[in-house]
Amino acid sequence: MSNGNRAFISLQDLQRNFDEVKSGLTPAEARDESNRCLYCYDAPCIQACPTGINIPSFIKKIASGNLKGSARTIMESNPVGASCARVCPTEELCEGACVLNDSTKPIMIGDLQRYATDWAIKNEQTLFKAGEKNGLKVAVIGGGPAGLSSARELALLGYEVTIFEAKEKAGGLNTYGIVSFRLPQKVSLWEVQQVEKLGVKIKTNTMIGRDIQPEEILANYDAVVLAVGMSKVPMLRIDGEDLVGVHDAIQFVEETKTKELSEAYIGKRVAVIGAGNTAIDAATCSVRLGAENVKILYRRTQEEMTAYDFEFEFAKQDNVEFRWLTAPKRIIGDEKGHVKQLECIRMQLGEPGADGRRGPAPIEGSEFLLEVDVVIKAIGQTRFTDLIESFGLEHQWGTVKVNLETYQTSNEKVFAAGDVIFGDGQGEAMVVTAAQQGKKTAYAIHQALKNSIIETA
Amino acid sequence: MADLRINLAGIESPNPYWLASAPPTNSGYQVQRAFEAGWGGAVWKTLGEPIINTTARFAAVGFNGKKVAGFNNIELITDRPLEVNLKEIYETKKRFPNHAIIASLMVEPNREKWHEIVKRVEDVGVDGLELNFGCPHGMAERGMGAASGQQPDLVEAQTMWVKEAAKTPVIVKLTPNITDITVTARAAVQGGADAISMINTINSLAGVDIDTWNTIPHVAGKGAHGGYCGPAVKPIALNMVAECARNPHINVPISGIGGISAWRDAVEFMLMGAGGVQVCTAAMHHGFSIVEDMIDGLSNYLDEKGISSVQEIIGKSVERYSDWGNLDLNYRIVARINNDVCINCNKCHIACEDTSHQCIDMLTDPNGQKYLEVREDDCVGCNLCSIVCPEDGAIDMIELPQEQPPMTWNERQAVLAGYKDNEREAAK
Repeated sequence: MSNGNRAFISLQDLQRNFDEVKSGLTPAEARDESNRCLYCYDAPCIQACPTGINIPSFIKKIASGNLKGSARTIMESNPVGASCARVCPTEELCEGACVLNDSTKPIMIGDLQRYATDWAIKNEQTLFKAGEKNGLKVAVIGGGPAGLSSARELALLGYEVTIFEAKEKAGGLNTYGIVSFRLPQKVSLWEVQQVEKLGVKIKTNTMIGRDIQPEEILANYDAVVLAVGMSKVPMLRIDGEDLVGVHDAIQFVEETKTKELSEAYIGKRVAVIGAGNTAIDAATCSVRLGAENVKILYRRTQEEMTAYDFEFEFAKQDNVEFRWLTAPKRIIGDEKGHVKQLECIRMQLGEPGADGRRGPAPIEGSEFLLEVDVVIKAIGQTRFTDLIESFGLEHQWGTVKVNLETYQTSNEKVFAAGDVIFGDGQGEAMVVTAAQQGKKTAYAIHQALKNSIIETA
Repeated sequence: MADLRINLAGIESPNPYWLASAPPTNSGYQVQRAFEAGWGGAVWKTLGEPIINTTARFAAVGFNGKKVAGFNNIELITDRPLEVNLKEIYETKKRFPNHAIIASLMVEPNREKWHEIVKRVEDVGVDGLELNFGCPHGMAERGMGAASGQQPDLVEAQTMWVKEAAKTPVIVKLTPNITDITVTARAAVQGGADAISMINTINSLAGVDIDTWNTIPHVAGKGAHGGYCGPAVKPIALNMVAECARNPHINVPISGIGGISAWRDAVEFMLMGAGGVQVCTAAMHHGFSIVEDMIDGLSNYLDEKGISSVQEIIGKSVERYSDWGNLDLNYRIVARINNDVCINCNKCHIACEDTSHQCIDMLTDPNGQKYLEVREDDCVGCNLCSIVCPEDGAIDMIELPQEQPPMTWNERQAVLAGYKDNEREAAK
């Protein structure tokens, strides 16, 4: 197999460490694998895909040599299907549902999906055409997976769509938040370009409240999709958090995707706090930036961690150490204000809480010191609560309340999708679910507005 | 997007893909499901006298673990009364007026019987008729199917009888179980056929069970030959289509049948002269939905080539198909191995060494690295090494600059004959 993980980290050429770790299938591999697909009827892989990609169909098209058709089948159901080919937890979704799990081994659906979409990227294909303009305008706030997906579907339905994106480029998490060696930025930007080609206007560097006011948007558009995702990592609320060498994992990863790679981490000792997928990303980025030792500290156990299994495996192969039942208590700096040590405390698990996970509690007197140079916080993300409130939307701790059928918020003109509605027992955090929710907001908007189209027509 | 509509001898359909007369077109329910899935037309399973079938009926031949490389059947024509079929044809045509419905017919070689069935099926609105002169089993014993299709005079006579009564286009479906299919094809044309379709299935025995010693399939311990179809028969069918397409006396459209499983197969048949194609085995293996890629792949292929209508490709390769005597004897290609791509399985070497012209050497370079090299002077350009090579791009067949002007066998013979004439003249 040609897609094993990299074992070698170069200290001379850091950029090399950030090249995509997994190589794509060769034409021969894609031919063999696509011909292995049974082309099941009512296939469980389709059911298991949150966006309902017709997987047997796109695989058959690879086998028949119809790569354009294959890419179209994928992207039709999932406007960020090229990214999802790389970042989806496929063993929990399509590949986990493949009937061949019970017979030989499942089809490498993610890799085949990447093969077809890579072909489309390489051959500069334009896969869709905008629908005939219906005279209605929709504003999409946030150009991440949910926003792009919503905008794409709305454009196909004939709406004039404007995306307001705070960052320099659209694509959201796929552009800025997923490590380059899993998802190169160009893949996400190709998806953005596909949406732009449908006439969707993307206003980048445009922040709501600063560059344009919510009232203005509500007044000028027939509907609004709120897909702003989540914000930075919250404070640990321990001493020493302002020392030099303490980072926010989201920003840390983003810098590896947007700036020249820093050589400041070579030979350093890094502690990452948290054990979700972002923590893994921060840890594996640290390894690739040349850190000598990288530890993930988690106050619970492997059992409770939220990182996907394949992410966990990936980090282990990168020699990331995992310290379970360990919580940070204090970050200690040197005389120059740089991180020097991390004081930790051992934890034990109590009874399961409301979320079913066992709650951790500190063990008195078990404090110990770790020698570290860098502390990266990856304990979740804060919410854009002010923004949500500026639209006057009901929310629970920053999770926008929606009708899960229509994705309509407390303002009937405003729909919401993606991470902004994830949490509090609502929704899921995967890119692929955000894409599906984006599609659904588009259909809900069309359902709500189609009568006015007939009136204006 | 390219225009995929075809017009085959006056029968129009939204795309070139018809379901062949076979189990998939046995009922209105099936044909309507097929049209919903995207099939452009259907040749309704052969109508005729009430038929008794046997159990079992089908068998398939796999190849190295791949299922259904070839398919064998001993099923007979429709197992339902004519009235039921006619009613369902009527209903289906009404629901899908733009799709082609062709009735496949088989009756005894009797003029009145043909007139009667033609009238009855045309009354319910079919777009055309296909005469089943090909079914190789069961019906042949009763003087129908292949039994009549193997006799050019019977093909001609029956076609003529049908044409006397028919108002819609008549397609004659030919059996491949004959030495030269162009003979029966010409008979059909002489009988007035508007089109011909080929091939019907090839006489076959799928296998023998080496434990029970029964045939596969068997009916209570006995077997009989069936009809072979599926991907394995494609080259045979393609040749027969091509032979008819290039024959100046067979100047009617051809509906291509035989192992067509994907859009590429359809393109090949159409390039070789088919005006449309019929499919059965692939649908039986995977369901009607396979037509989606057949349509999409064909459409993307035409778009990429900048061709606006699928009808433009019909017959484009026919002129490139000829007799051996017209091939250039001075044309030369040789094999060249790309050692940076080669994975050193040595399959090319042993194929050449044992079974061809002993011109691929196994060598070792100064660094001890093994490599393969073709002695081009000894290479006859047979293609065998590139055929057995498992690695894309490891062996190229390279065209050599021609040292002598093109010369075919026929030209050579003509020159020799002229030379002899001159000698004779000179001797006088």
